[in-house]
Amino acid sequence: MTKHQPKLALGPVLYYWPREKLLDFYERMSIAPVDIVYLGETVCSKRRAFNTEEWLALAERLTAAGKEVILSTMALLEAESELKTLRRLCENSRFTVEANDMGAVRLLSEKGDAFVLGTGINVYSGRTLRFLAGLGAKRWVMPVELSQTTLAAIQAERPDQVETEVFVYGRLPLAYSARCFTARHHNLPKDDCQYRCLDYPEGLTLSTREGQAFLAINGIQTQSAQTYNLLPELAELRELKVDVLRISPQTEGTEMVIEAFATCLRGERDPVEAARALNAGLPYGACDGYWQGQPGLRQVVDVV
Amino acid sequence: MPLSRPLSSLPPLELVCPAGNLPSLKTAVDHGADSVYIGFRDDTNARHFPGLNFDAKTAAQGLQYAHAKGRRVFIALNTFPQPAGWERWQRAVDQAAELGVDAVIAADVSVLEYACGRYPNLPLHLSVQGSATNYEAIRFYHEHFGIRRVVLPRVLSLPQVKHVLENSPVGIEVFGFGGLCIMVEGRCLLSSYVTGESPNMCGVCSPAKAVRWEETPRGLESRLSGLLIDRYAPGEPAGYPTLCKGRFQVADQTYYAIEEPTSLNTLELLPELQAMGIAAIKIEGRQRSPAYVTQVTKVWRAAIDACRRNPTTYAPKPEWQRELGKVSEGHQTTLGAYHRTWQ
Repeated sequence: MTKHQPKLALGPVLYYWPREKLLDFYERMSIAPVDIVYLGETVCSKRRAFNTEEWLALAERLTAAGKEVILSTMALLEAESELKTLRRLCENSRFTVEANDMGAVRLLSEKGDAFVLGTGINVYSGRTLRFLAGLGAKRWVMPVELSQTTLAAIQAERPDQVETEVFVYGRLPLAYSARCFTARHHNLPKDDCQYRCLDYPEGLTLSTREGQAFLAINGIQTQSAQTYNLLPELAELRELKVDVLRISPQTEGTEMVIEAFATCLRGERDPVEAARALNAGLPYGACDGYWQGQPGLRQVVDVV
Repeated sequence: MPLSRPLSSLPPLELVCPAGNLPSLKTAVDHGADSVYIGFRDDTNARHFPGLNFDAKTAAQGLQYAHAKGRRVFIALNTFPQPAGWERWQRAVDQAAELGVDAVIAADVSVLEYACGRYPNLPLHLSVQGSATNYEAIRFYHEHFGIRRVVLPRVLSLPQVKHVLENSPVGIEVFGFGGLCIMVEGRCLLSSYVTGESPNMCGVCSPAKAVRWEETPRGLESRLSGLLIDRYAPGEPAGYPTLCKGRFQVADQTYYAIEEPTSLNTLELLPELQAMGIAAIKIEGRQRSPAYVTQVTKVWRAAIDACRRNPTTYAPKPEWQRELGKVSEGHQTTLGAYHRTWQ
């Protein structure tokens, strides 16, 4: 029997990178061994490295390079202008859309298109998944705080045609706010943020007064300072019939991460050894607590 | 902002007050709450704290007390059931329906689906935990589950609230006073990242069992699962170590990097909220004492009545603000996201 073989996905870039950096990044990603690429601005509508047309053009180029391209939508929708962009994306008939808000789910299900449920949609049970699958969800990304035990229970209840995706590598998206914490750090109002996020290509680290780093500020989003790394769990992910593994882009070393997952999936490298090598380069260490049913910031499995 | 409609056509602004136990419910009713919201004694609601909340018997007593005085009782079933616990949420919906509550406040799709399918006459409100910040999301919940009201997350500015309201198929409830979540409710995992328990999964944020206080030579320290949240100089007032309200280091600065310990207070926005046609004002604090509920209900009843009588001359009385200040976190209040500069 052949082993269950998950596909590799590259999540949307969660940071504000300048246009040239994004172009260069996706140029390199077009030849990286990822099957699926999620594209779009999901955090802050003031970030305009690309407009919608340019995202769509990039989506075409990556499709031509053999990638399955999904357009990701914003997690926190407040202004009408943001709904307008959302409608543009949902109305496109070329690419599948990842909904990160129930507003997007409504637009996509009304249109009758199959869609992906992103980390912004709270699917905590097979019941919720079944309901949303009935509206056209073809894939869901597990909320990052859920454990492998809960995932096993949801997998047992999931509708046949629905794919399961797990966020397996990167700084975890933990919260969204009306307030921009990067602007606040610079004593700037959000409406005049001077695009300070451009200065922090992987966010601003937040530590306790004892110097324990635990969060990263990324505009209105708060992330974990630690990098979630489920590479040592590859056998469990396979066992649980996870269809897609999501790697979240970082400013440096994303190719190395993709390469590590790809070679381990091909059985050419030991996942624990590969994870150890990746973790050695992390500024604030790795974590796997959520997957193990513990506080998210912990590293439970010994990979040293 | 001028009145958009003549006063006579405006629906009365409903005052929705919190109750963590029967004495709180009674005092809320006695002091002018139009509605009181409560929760059961388990993780089916987002204030799953030890010693708090209602069982079937006290809930029935509370409903009887409120209904006898023409007031309403809502029950919050606003956490996200995981497969292993589904029966608890199902039982909670059944129990709420049997009790004859005036509305169930829910967030999770499966809970809404069950309640709407099994009890079509049971009014449903979308909880703030449902994270509906825009009218397309509100329409989603209205079309599928027939929600009759939505509680907006505390992230929108006043003009944004108005825009949502003008396009919403259902009435809008906003938070008026109390503890301030700075993150979009239903989308904040900070608590589970540090303690393993979150509002979505367990109905708690920065749970008391994870808190440790310690007198040290450096000052009084508060910790959450071992993580230093704040440190106080002698004489400095200390607050509950809610994760997002600690003092942290970012680059070379130490400050309230996420939010100060402060409470939301929108007394001064009442005329605008009334003019735009907000259905209800919600007071946070099911975990607070009956004394808190009494104080806050009294002030808000007086303010809503005064504003309704004459919105153009309405201004919050200094004694109201003083009373609310006394029960506010860190004795400070803010207009929060309603006021754009706060963002």
